[in-house]
Amino acid sequence: MSLMEQIYKEVIVERSRRPKRRGAVDPRTHEQEGLNPSCGDELNLTLRVAGDRIEAAAFEGQGCAISQASADLMAEALEGRTLEEARALHAAFRAMLRGEPPAAELGDLQALQGVAKLHARVKCATLPWTTFEGAMQGRSGPIDVDVEPEAELPS
Amino acid sequence: MDDAVVARLRADFPILTRTVHGRPLVYLDHAASSQRPTAVLDAVHEHYVTRHANVHRGAHQLSAESTDAYEEARATVARFLGAPSPRSLVFVRNATEGLNLLARSWGDAHLGPGDEIVVTVAEHHANLVPWQQAAQRTGAVIRAVPLGPDQRLDLDAYRALLSPRTKVVAVAHMSNVLGVVHPVAEIAEAAHAVGARVFVDGAQAAPHLPVDVAALGVDAYAVSGHKMLGPTGIGALWVEEELLASMPPFLGGGEMIRTVEIERSTYADIPMRFEAGTPAVAEAVGLAAAVRYLEAVGMEAIWRHDRALADLALERFAELDGVRVFGPVGSDRGGIVPFVVEGVHPHDVATALDSEGVAVRAGHHCAQPLMRALGVQSTVRASTHLTTPTSEIETLVRAVRGARDFFAAFA
Repeated sequence: MSLMEQIYKEVIVERSRRPKRRGAVDPRTHEQEGLNPSCGDELNLTLRVAGDRIEAAAFEGQGCAISQASADLMAEALEGRTLEEARALHAAFRAMLRGEPPAAELGDLQALQGVAKLHARVKCATLPWTTFEGAMQGRSGPIDVDVEPEAELPS
Repeated sequence: MDDAVVARLRADFPILTRTVHGRPLVYLDHAASSQRPTAVLDAVHEHYVTRHANVHRGAHQLSAESTDAYEEARATVARFLGAPSPRSLVFVRNATEGLNLLARSWGDAHLGPGDEIVVTVAEHHANLVPWQQAAQRTGAVIRAVPLGPDQRLDLDAYRALLSPRTKVVAVAHMSNVLGVVHPVAEIAEAAHAVGARVFVDGAQAAPHLPVDVAALGVDAYAVSGHKMLGPTGIGALWVEEELLASMPPFLGGGEMIRTVEIERSTYADIPMRFEAGTPAVAEAVGLAAAVRYLEAVGMEAIWRHDRALADLALERFAELDGVRVFGPVGSDRGGIVPFVVEGVHPHDVATALDSEGVAVRAGHHCAQPLMRALGVQSTVRASTHLTTPTSEIETLVRAVRGARDFFAAFA
């Protein structure tokens, strides 16, 4: 399989062109804008959280196939999960993008595994998740993907 | 330059022999940063191995030799830019720092409420944001020259913007996105007629075409070493000598003073007044080696080469359905080719090219207002230099066709 085929799985191109969770949740409890200032990708994530459970998630914005598909798959994966489960999913997603074998709980998100092979594109896949974390922290103003630590500090 | 000449030049650039994702590297991102010939790497190495010490304060031999090398580098870069004297050439980190120096030092001293700063919609953020900051500090106002229908600057609109309120015109010599050379001499003449200064961002032009600041008739010109085969962390700002001598310091510290008391200081003469702290000595030496390399190849030859490659790329892309190229066609167009593939995001195109070993940039190219003017969020950008053979343009076009077809194959 070529590098392109490993990265641009059918589901990624499909979701970027025909997303299932594009739009805005209404009524919503959380809203967060995410930006990748270096490339101009932008995302507006809306969520409805009841108690500790995410009832609905949706996104609007524009960007590359990887960021759009990642946002769509994330919004779908978040729905119905508790906040604790969502954070665990994020951790598993990040581990996969560091090159670790994908955890089973990632489900459709495993389609983004190939992105780990291209350091230049990892931020595209993590932008939606960084935006989600910002929404959970109740940040004011847009969050930049650049605030995300690029690498672990040497120990 | 024919491909045999280019092949000989390529042998001077060790990095060009590497592979990327199992393919030979096709480096078409020179507008972002060029690569370095061995002569530059050797010059930096030789400096550290044989003579390095701090400059301008040495009571010992190494310091004297380092100072000589540093000042010789200044003279070399000044000559390269057509500066009448090395005294008017300040070493900075890069063109961005040079432009910030102008906006801070000259801008704060000369701008006031209601004064106008004329920029162009095609400016790199480095020649826009410092002026926005200056405008915020001083109450000056920014006016922007739009593009005409041929994606060249609209010079009629430019002339209409000029008035006695215009204090400075900040313009790039060559657009880092559209590859077009702006008619800077004409722009300067019109600006001077209303008493405005003309400060030029030369980051893209200086590596690719002959520059003569005296002949252009401009007041200041900034370049980045890393785009012209030199090291990172070094650039140069030329300012017309009388003007530079009248400007207050930008950064304070050692080297830039004459006498210092606890509450006040007097400042050194130019150019030292603008070089606070220990300068990038080895990098300046490397930049001088880069300049000598460019001069040996010949700036006219490099410019003709870039133009021929741009013509070839534009011709090939015109044959590709679904690919849209930006920027004018003509003898004022250098080797920078921005494009989009219909229905595919530029970053996805760039990844497809990267997977074939073809290095290009995708994004807004630090020119968001220009992206808006072109009606796109971002573009792919291929850029050439003296080491680009025609075969790399063919590889680029083949890879773009492959990317288009790859994404078209999905339903």
